[in-house]
Amino acid sequence: MRGHFFHVLAATAALLCTTLAAGADITGAGATFPYPIYAKWADRYHKETGIRLNYQSIGSGGGIKQIKAGTVDFGASDKPLTREELEKDGLTQFPTVLGGVVPIINLEGIEEGQVKLTGKVLADIFLGKIKRWNDASIAELNEGIVLPASNIAIVHRADGSGTTFLFTDYLSKVSPEWKAKVGAATSVAWPIGTGGKGNEGVANFVKQIKNSIGYVEAAYVKQNKLHYVQLQNLAGQYVLPTEESFRASAANAEWDKDSGFYEILTNKPGSGSWPITGATFVLMHKSQSKPAQAMQVLKFFEWAYAHGRDMALELDYIPLPDNLVALIKTSWEANVKGKDGRAIYTVSE
Amino acid sequence: MPKIISTAKLKRQQLLDQLFQKTTWFFTVIVLILLVALIGSLVVGSLPTIKTFGFNFLISSEWNPVTEQFGALVPIVGTLVTAIIALSIGIPVSFGIALFLTELSPPWLRRPLGTAIELLAGIPSIIYGMWGLFVFAPFFADTVQPWLQNTLGDLPGIGFLFEGAFMGIGMLAAGIILAIMVIPFIAAVMRDVFEIVPSMLKESAYAFGATTWEVIWNVVLPYTKSGVIGGIMLGLGRALGETMAVTFVIGNAHQLHASLFMPGNSIASALANEFTEADGELYTSALIELGLILFFITFVVLACSKLLLTQLKKREGVAT
Repeated sequence: MRGHFFHVLAATAALLCTTLAAGADITGAGATFPYPIYAKWADRYHKETGIRLNYQSIGSGGGIKQIKAGTVDFGASDKPLTREELEKDGLTQFPTVLGGVVPIINLEGIEEGQVKLTGKVLADIFLGKIKRWNDASIAELNEGIVLPASNIAIVHRADGSGTTFLFTDYLSKVSPEWKAKVGAATSVAWPIGTGGKGNEGVANFVKQIKNSIGYVEAAYVKQNKLHYVQLQNLAGQYVLPTEESFRASAANAEWDKDSGFYEILTNKPGSGSWPITGATFVLMHKSQSKPAQAMQVLKFFEWAYAHGRDMALELDYIPLPDNLVALIKTSWEANVKGKDGRAIYTVSE
Repeated sequence: MPKIISTAKLKRQQLLDQLFQKTTWFFTVIVLILLVALIGSLVVGSLPTIKTFGFNFLISSEWNPVTEQFGALVPIVGTLVTAIIALSIGIPVSFGIALFLTELSPPWLRRPLGTAIELLAGIPSIIYGMWGLFVFAPFFADTVQPWLQNTLGDLPGIGFLFEGAFMGIGMLAAGIILAIMVIPFIAAVMRDVFEIVPSMLKESAYAFGATTWEVIWNVVLPYTKSGVIGGIMLGLGRALGETMAVTFVIGNAHQLHASLFMPGNSIASALANEFTEADGELYTSALIELGLILFFITFVVLACSKLLLTQLKKREGVAT
């Protein structure tokens, strides 16, 4: 009996030692939007290099708090921090993937991509000013489509999220009334509507409630077979939410590495741009007390930029363009340094 | 010749007794310290909001994270209303179940039925939430809500409770799901206390010609009232604090509506939704104060139940 017990104890200890010896783990926390792709990259990266990424998808607010507290190697946020905020806490930030926010509707007899909306009309719907689907302002954009006379049921997010931030930022840009009354944030005081929990909650409510309208991350539209709308972009063109229109929006952005790539891709110029696009960001400390860990984090993202593009596309994210990736790498060299002031990462020629 | 315990053994036993006493005392003190520390951290966390809004926080229905105007009225009302709906449906149904299990059901049915009720209690609350959202809400929207509006919607006093579109989610849906969740608890406690009523009391009442209902109402219930009230308080505690099931179906809207068909919010649901993304000290502090308010509501409910029990016992003492 005792011999058996000691054998079990020895085996457990050996198992623990092997997992410990499997290489340093890098830890990250934050936004829920990129969690599916970070998880997929981490899984493949672990298979190839043995290094494990431990990512906790607790929300952008949580990610920002944790990186400021120094409990994780990197934080993730859908909403970029401004230059002042970055400087205050000694952080540097860079984008990892792009995604879009898509308004979805539930109207009987209407197919996806049929209904056209402009930003102003969308804002008025969510403000509660346009109450019925057959209102003149919607009908004049959609000649030939029969819209019902029923009330519009609004669905928004109950929890705070980067998706809400992008959506309300877009509405603030196209509607001064929205900007004055509600504003743009991860969590706002919605004038009317029901709140769903997470993108899944909103998708579900829109599917179930007749004559409803909501907004979700682009990835959820395809997977849940939801009906999306066409939006009019800044150039006056009606665009569908596709990979091309998301990319077109990003191509017109001015990525500034000195201000932490602070760029919110809503309402960008370009005839093919989708008006509600956004990037998700990673935050790291500029002065690293654990340079080896920081190097592992940067190596992971370097690998992801180079090898993770197909995985991102599979999950309906848009990988960053090459010139932006090169700019990001130079910012790593310039900003992420050890306590001795030496750059941790050097751009290989 | 009686066996005499050696001094050494006696000393060892005394030491073990002391150790046992000190250890159990230590565990109790730890629990008390945790309670005080929890209340303390809640109060400290809410200080910014208390300083900014003061008493207005409890009566304002505005919840605007952008302009940082917060008011707890909507979550408080939602918590209380869903709990009241849950109990109004739950207490009669649990009473009926307990009554059936102890008095009316055939003996072979008692155990399986009792086990089935207890199984309901063990289902995780998030399963209730998902079931509520995917199965119950569509059924509610298509069948029950139109029926309610057609029959009760035109009555003068209560018609306004059933106005609005048939979304399937909302205060009434959340209240009904909470009722389903608290029924197993209340029914189990009621059944247990009904069973320990001495049969002599019940048989004497039957011998006098009392009907089953008269026996239950006049003999069993008065005998078991502290247990019954305890069971109801248990159910109420669960209804007040239930998070995941409510947050899926309550609709999460920070607006006050008179109608039960409209979405609302509860304290636990607001906390679960907004805590992770709350940036800004005032926002986080407002959420912590919501938690403190819920703690306070639960405390008041517990105190009221103890008071009620004391009153009932007193009346009983005077009567006999």
